[in-house]
Formats: sequence, structure tokens, C-alpha cells
Amino acid sequence: MKKVLVSGKVEGIVLKSENSINFLGTVDKKTGIISDKNHDLFEKSVKDIILVFPSGVGSSVGAYTIYSIKSNNTAPLAMICQKADLTVATGCALANIPLITISDEEFSSIKNGMKLSFDTDSSNQIHYQ
Amino acid sequence: MELTREEESALKGEQGEIMQMAYRILVATGEATDAEKLVPIEWAHLSGVNYNTIGDAGEEFLSGISKNARVKVKTTLNPMGFDIDNVSNYGLNENFISKQLSIRNSYETMGVIPSFSCIPYEIYDIPKNGTQVAFAESNAAIHANSFDHLKTNKESAFSALASAIIGKSPYSSLRKEDNPNITIRMKVKNPNELTYGMLGFFAGKIGDTSINISGLGEMDKRQTKAMCGGMGTSGTCAKFIFGEGDSDCEKIDFDEKEMQNVHDELNTAEKGDLITLGSPQLGLDEISDLAGKLKGRSFQKRCMVFLPRTVKEQARKIGYTNELERAGCEILSDCCTCLSPLISKDNVDAVTTNSIKGAFYLKNSNGVDVNLKSLSQIVEDETR
Repeated sequence: MKKVLVSGKVEGIVLKSENSINFLGTVDKKTGIISDKNHDLFEKSVKDIILVFPSGVGSSVGAYTIYSIKSNNTAPLAMICQKADLTVATGCALANIPLITISDEEFSSIKNGMKLSFDTDSSNQIHYQ
Repeated sequence: MELTREEESALKGEQGEIMQMAYRILVATGEATDAEKLVPIEWAHLSGVNYNTIGDAGEEFLSGISKNARVKVKTTLNPMGFDIDNVSNYGLNENFISKQLSIRNSYETMGVIPSFSCIPYEIYDIPKNGTQVAFAESNAAIHANSFDHLKTNKESAFSALASAIIGKSPYSSLRKEDNPNITIRMKVKNPNELTYGMLGFFAGKIGDTSINISGLGEMDKRQTKAMCGGMGTSGTCAKFIFGEGDSDCEKIDFDEKEMQNVHDELNTAEKGDLITLGSPQLGLDEISDLAGKLKGRSFQKRCMVFLPRTVKEQARKIGYTNELERAGCEILSDCCTCLSPLISKDNVDAVTTNSIKGAFYLKNSNGVDVNLKSLSQIVEDETR
């Protein structure tokens, strides 16, 4: 991992997107389901998975969407991005969702459905299973 | 990021839970934006006001922290969901209204100025060149960095709030001198505000934190606002630097073909059931211009006009609001096209607007189709 933005320990299944995510207007704040027809995760739920995507984009109010899905128990276990953006960083900081960034090589090696784990306090490695 | 001893102690919780939360947010922000320290700010502008966007979680969060949190610097805020003066005309439910008023109350309790505007740069005096501010509203951050000689990150709702509470913000890349390696060359002739909105939307998809832009002529306020609104919608980029950039910059043309691509992405209807003007909200100049364009004409369908309350009051004194209402406009302050709960797909199929920012959110959040037209085209086609 490159950076730890919000620390934590997590283990789970990857849901990966090749598209950036505009949390406001793209992710349903109650169900955590992607509602943008043009998004490659359309109709998928982000609940209880490790969400891997390039970065967040769009309105800053998206941070509240992240806080909302956490409050509604429909949030990802963790998020992994290629590039850190403010909306996702602060949304995860407040909602206490672990957030790390990774290199482009590591990003392309992560596949949908993989199981992985990390613990930012003990090492800066992601473990793949 | 380096923190002072006092900042470290706040992060550990030694100055209370509110300060700890605020510092945790700023540390995550600083890590995300390669900041090495926090710097004092003079003005914060908050997003996260409309109940339609922040929902119950946001309302409860703000209500909770407002018991103890107070802002340390001048703090203004974004539009909310409705104009209390005419909300009864729009059939909003009681729950929405009471939750929205609770959000309003929480911000006022924290010491925030109830400006309910997405154009703070147009309704307040601009501080001296180079002043550090923290603006969350994306069009306002881009406008502040590009046209107002201020320095701000493209803050999130939370980082702007944390900055307001602490009075500091991370010293991120956007606050420093930048030298972007891409230049957009404007090649479209005779641009109107819709063209500039599409140019901004195009630039936002390409730019990273800032972008060079060349080939722009004289722009009026409507056009600069449209360009900033467009860019804020499509990406993370938050500053236009005017000029060709270095000779080794990658040059990308915004020509008729690229413009058509943006248009095809956002224009999904041939005509609208109603018209909205104002995303970003209209300033006094635009209201004056609109009143002039509507002399002796009337809209043939509903036309919602969004503006800040201070502008509405000025416009009323001058007589513009009378003129607009005579022409059939519904005048709404404190709210905006963008993420408005007043436009529902239950009774509207498509909306006509000249705003790229408005078009994106009408489509993706309200779920209605959008017909894009410049203001002069709207007046020509939709009034008699």
C-alpha cells in the first residue's frame, strides 16, 4: 500500500470497479446500491465488501453519502483506491471505514471476487488468499 | 503530515471529542492531498446543507455536534432544499421541511452565516489576493482559485466543516504554485454559457488538480460560472490556469466534435416540461440581464429561477422580481436546481436548462431527462 488515510484491520471479498465513483447521486444512501446506468457496478451493492476503485469524483457532499451508508449498515468493510480524493478520505475518516491507496500495478492485479486482508497497524502489506 | 504539539494533543482527544473528530478529518484530508502542515484560513464555505443530499444521517450528525461545536472563522453555507417563503406551493412533505429546518438550526447554532448560496464569491467581498480559504462547493472552489485569486482545496463537506471548527486547513497541492502538464485549447467559435459549461465538464474529466486553458476570449459572469460549475461536476480538478502552459505540455483541443460528445452525454430530451435557471444560482447581473431579455415576453411553461436571498432582496428593490414574475417565473431563494427536491420525476419527464451542472444532477439524482439550451435559445423558444 502507498498511503494509509484511515487506519484499520479488515478481511473480505473484493468488489472492483474500473470507473471512478461520484458517491453523490451514484450510490443509494440507504441501500448502498449503485444507481448510475453508465457505471460498471450498476445495480451492485457496496455492502460488506472491500470496494476497490480508481478514485472518488464529483460533489463534496458525497462524503455524507459515505457516512449515510455506514449509518444504514450498507457500507463497504474498507475502500482501496489508486488515488486519494477528499470526498472519499473525509467520508471514510468520519465513518471510520479503513481507506488505503495502492500502486497502479497492485491495482491492476486485484480482481473482482478475490479475498484479501490488511492491518494497517502491523504492516503495509495486503494479504491475498 | 507534521502537526504541532497542540494539534497532536487535539488529535489524541485532549481537547474534547469535537476537536478530535475535526483533526481526524483534516489528517485524512492532508494525507490525501500531500499536505505537510495545517495553515490558518480566513473563510470557510460549507456544503452538506440540503436534506435531500445529507439525509437523516447528516441531520442527526449535525444536530449532535451542534451542541458543542462552534466555528472559529467566517463561515457561509450552500443552498438548502427549498425557499421557506413559497415552500407550500411545492407539495413537500412535513418530514422534509422539519428535517431541513433542523439542519438550518444546527448550522446557525454553530455560528454559521445562513447564506444558503453556492456563489459566495459573488455575494461577499473577496479578501485580498492569496488569502487562504476553505470552500467545499465545487464551483465556488474552482471560481475562488481561478478567478478570485484566493487559495482553497476542493474541500469535501467534512473537511470544510472541520476547517471551520479548527480555523485551519491542510496545506495541500492546490494551495501551492502548480504547473499542470496538460493544456486544453478552446477551439469552439462564438461560445455561449452552455459551450463554456461543456468546456468545463470536458476539462474536469481530463485535469487532475489543476489544468491550463487557452483560447478563451472575454467571458461574462454567466460564462465563468458555467465553466466552473461544469468542471466541478465531472472530476476532481479545481483550478484553471490561463495560458498555453510550458512547451512540453500535452495539448488537447476542445473542438466541435468534443463538444458534441459532451452534449450527447448530457442532453437526453428534445424538449422540457419545465425550465430551470440557476445552477450555480443567478447573481444580480444575470437577473438584470434576464429581466431585460423578458421585456414584453412571457414563458409558455413553468420556469424556476434560483438565486441567493440577498440577491432576491436587491432584485425586489430594483423591480426585477416584479418583471420576472410578470413573465411567469417562479423565484426561489435559499435553494438551487442542483439536487432540488422540488423537481420530481413523478410529475416531470424532462427539464430544459442551460446548466451543465444542473443537467448532470437532474439526470443522475432526480432521474429526469434533460434538454440543454443556452439562455438566449430558451428565451427565443419558450417565451412569446
